[in-house]
Amino acid sequence: MGVKGAVLEKYAAKVFKNRKEHMLEIDSGQAESRIAANSRSIPGIMTSRGCCYAGCKGVVLGPLKDALLITHGPVGCGFYSWGTRRNKARAANGGSFIQYCFSTDLQEPDIVFGGEKKLRQAIKEAIELFHPQCVLVCSTCPVGLIGDDIHAVAAESEKLYGITCVAFSCEGYKGVSQSAGHHIANNGVMRRIIGRDDTPPATKFSLNLLGEYNIGGDSWEIERILRRVGYEVVAVLTGDGSFADLSRAHNAALNLVQCHRSINYIAEMMKTRFGMDWIKVNFIGVEAACRSLRDIALYFGDPDLSRRTEEVIADELERIEPDRAHYRRKLKGRTASLYVGGSRSHHYQNLLADFGVSTVLAGYEFAHRDDYEGREVIPDIKEDADNKNIESIAVEKDEKRHRAFLAPERYAELKEKIPLDYYKGMIRDMPDGSVVIDDLNHYETEAFIELLRPDFFMSGIKDKYVIQKAGVPSKQLHSYDYGGPYAGFNGAINFARDIARSVECPAWRLVTPPWKFEAMLEGTVTE
Amino acid sequence: MRQVAIYGKGGIGKSTTTQNLTAGLGEMGKKIMIVGCDPKADSTRLILGGLAQRTVLDTLREEGEDIELDLVMKDGFAGIKCVESGGPEPGVGCAGRGIITSIGLLERLGAYTDPLDYVFYDVLGDVVCGGFAMPIREGKAREIYIVASGEMMALYAANNISKGIQKYANTGGVRLGGIICNSRKVDGEAELVSAFAKELGSQMIHFVPRDNMVQRAEINKKTVIDFNPECAQANEYRALAGKIDQNGMFVIPKPLKQERLEELLMEHGLLEAV
Repeated sequence: MGVKGAVLEKYAAKVFKNRKEHMLEIDSGQAESRIAANSRSIPGIMTSRGCCYAGCKGVVLGPLKDALLITHGPVGCGFYSWGTRRNKARAANGGSFIQYCFSTDLQEPDIVFGGEKKLRQAIKEAIELFHPQCVLVCSTCPVGLIGDDIHAVAAESEKLYGITCVAFSCEGYKGVSQSAGHHIANNGVMRRIIGRDDTPPATKFSLNLLGEYNIGGDSWEIERILRRVGYEVVAVLTGDGSFADLSRAHNAALNLVQCHRSINYIAEMMKTRFGMDWIKVNFIGVEAACRSLRDIALYFGDPDLSRRTEEVIADELERIEPDRAHYRRKLKGRTASLYVGGSRSHHYQNLLADFGVSTVLAGYEFAHRDDYEGREVIPDIKEDADNKNIESIAVEKDEKRHRAFLAPERYAELKEKIPLDYYKGMIRDMPDGSVVIDDLNHYETEAFIELLRPDFFMSGIKDKYVIQKAGVPSKQLHSYDYGGPYAGFNGAINFARDIARSVECPAWRLVTPPWKFEAMLEGTVTE
Repeated sequence: MRQVAIYGKGGIGKSTTTQNLTAGLGEMGKKIMIVGCDPKADSTRLILGGLAQRTVLDTLREEGEDIELDLVMKDGFAGIKCVESGGPEPGVGCAGRGIITSIGLLERLGAYTDPLDYVFYDVLGDVVCGGFAMPIREGKAREIYIVASGEMMALYAANNISKGIQKYANTGGVRLGGIICNSRKVDGEAELVSAFAKELGSQMIHFVPRDNMVQRAEINKKTVIDFNPECAQANEYRALAGKIDQNGMFVIPKPLKQERLEELLMEHGLLEAV
C-alpha cells in the first residue's frame, strides 16, 4: 500500500471508489497514467474549488484594465472577488478600472421584480462617471434563477451609448468548478472582442501572450524579456490587458499559451478562425523560460532572432547567476507540494527544480484530463451532463483574414520539435514516486502532509492556514500573498528569496503543537 | 385563528370561490383576513368592489422597509380585511420569492395580531416552486382546500397539489380539509370528484353548481351574497361556508398514481362519454 492507499483507507466505500480515480502515483513503468478530472466534487468533502463566476470574472475578465466590469447580483460576489488575485495593471491614460469594484447590489425587491432595471441604471451610471469604451456584465447565481435577460440589456446599452457591452451568464452554480467560467469568458471574448480592429502590428515578430494574468507583475517581466529579444507583444490575455489590445490580437503572428486550462479555447478558436498557431510556453522557471524563448525563435525561424534570443538568455543568466547559486545552496534537496489551479502546479515544478527542490505532490483544482495527460486524450474525454451544460461555440474560418504563417512541411517539421498547438500535460514531467491529485480536499491535504512531510506546501487561501498550523510553511500561488513577480529571470530570484525566507523562518521551530506535550484524550483505567 | 389556504388549477375559480365563501363566513359574523398570493393581485376584487388595493410588494418597492400596515390592508364587505401580496409582471423576477417576502413582511407588520377567526390564502395555480408553498410551510396555513372540477386536468392538478401537501404535512403540520367542487357541468361530476376525494382519504366538502349569477356578480365587482343575497347560489356559498366552519376532517392526503387517476375517470364514464 503506497501513500495513495494510506490516504484512501479512511474513506467510506463510495467515496473511496470515487477518489481513487483522482489520484495517481507516478510510475513510468505503467502503460498509461489516467486520472479522473473535471467531475463533481463529493458533497461534504472540503474542496478548495471555486465557482463558475470566479473563473469568468475572477480569472479571465477581471484583469482587463480598461473594461468596466459590473457584477450583476447581490453585493457579496463582487466584493469578495475584488482585487484578490493581485492582477496588476498600468493605465496609459488613467483609464484603469482594476482598482474598482462595481456591483448592482441586488436586493430582495430586485429579486422579486427582476433586476434588469437596476442593471440598466448601473450601466448608465458607470458610463456617465467613468466613460469606458467597454462594459462587461457578469451575472451571479440569483440572476440565473430569476432569468434576467442580461444579454438583451447589454445589446440595448451598446446601441444607446455607442460602446461595447458584453454580458456573461456565468452564474456560480454552473459546471463543477471555475473551469466552466473560463470557457464562458473565452466564448464572450472571442465572439465580441477579438477581431474588431484590423490594425496590423508594427513589426514582423508579433505575439500574443495568452493565459497570463499579471499576478504580482508576472506579465511585465515576461514582456520585458520578449521585448528584449525583439518581439512585439500585441495583446496579453488578460493580465494588464486592454480592450483595444484584445480587439486587434488576431493580427499578431503567433499566440503563446501560458495557462492552458483557462485560455486554450481562445487559442483553438483563433487557430480555426484566423489560422494563427499557438505554442505552449512556460516562463515560470529559469530553464523553462529559456526553453520557451528558444521554441518561439524556432517557430519564426529567423537567424537574427535566434542569435538575439541566445544573447538575451546568456546575458540574463549571467546576471542572475550569483543569486541563483546563493538560493540554490539554501534550497537544494528540499521537497515541495503544489496544489493550484490548472497550470501553475505544472509550471512551478520547473522553477523549483531550478533551485534543486523536488516536487513530491502536485494537484490541480479544476483541470481537465488534457492538462494532466496531454491534449491527445481530448477525443477520449467523455462528455457528461455537467460539461454539456456549458456552452461551447464553434467558430468558422474567416476567409478574408485567415492566413497560415507556416508552410505545411515546415509545420510538420516544427510539430516534432516544439509544442505547436499542443500541450503535453503535467504528468509527463513528474518523477516516479511523486503523487498527482485532482481536486485535493482538506482531509487529503493533512493526510499527505503527514505522509510526505514536504518542506513547504504551495496552495491557496482556503488551505494555507490549515497547512501552516501543521507546521509547514505555505505560500499562495493564486495571488503570491504579497510578493512577485515570480515569472522570468528576475521572478525566479524573487521566488527563491521568498521561499528561502519562509523555510528558514525560525517560527516553525518555535511552534510546538499542544499534542506534543499534553494528552489529547482523557480517561480512567478500571480494573 | 384558523389559517386556510386555497389551491387549485389555474382558472378553476379559486379567487371567486374564496371570496364568495368568505362573504358567507363574514355574514356569520366571523373576523376574516384574505391574503391574495397571486402576482395579478385580483384575489380581493369582489370583496373590495374593485382593484383598490396597493400590493405589499409594490409598497415595499416604493416605500422601502418603512411601511405601515394600513397602507396595504383594506376592509371590504362584512369587514373582511384584504391584503394583496402582488408581484412582478409576467416573465420577470421571481413571484415565488415575492410571496415569501410579502408574508414575512405582513407578519412583521403585525397583520396577524388583531383577533381573527380566519386567514385565507388564495394561492396562484399549482405549487410550482418553494415560494408558492410558503403559505403551507412554517406552520402558517394548517388547512387546505383544493378547488377542482370533474375535468381531468383539474383533478390532475389537485392530485399534484396533494403531493405538495403530503410533503409539508410531516414537517409543517398542514392538513387537507377537502375538495371544493366548482362545477363545470361535466358528466357524473359530483360522483367523480367525490370518489377522487375519498381516494385521497378526504372528502368533497361541497358541490358548488354552475350558475350565471356568479358572472353577473363578478361584472358588478361583488360577491354573490353581496350582489343578490336572496338567490339560490348565495345559499350554496353559505352552505359551503357553514361546512368549512364546522369541518372536523383534516387528513394527510394520499395522492393517486397516474394510472389510478385515469382508471377513476374511466369508472365514472368520463372517457366513455368521449
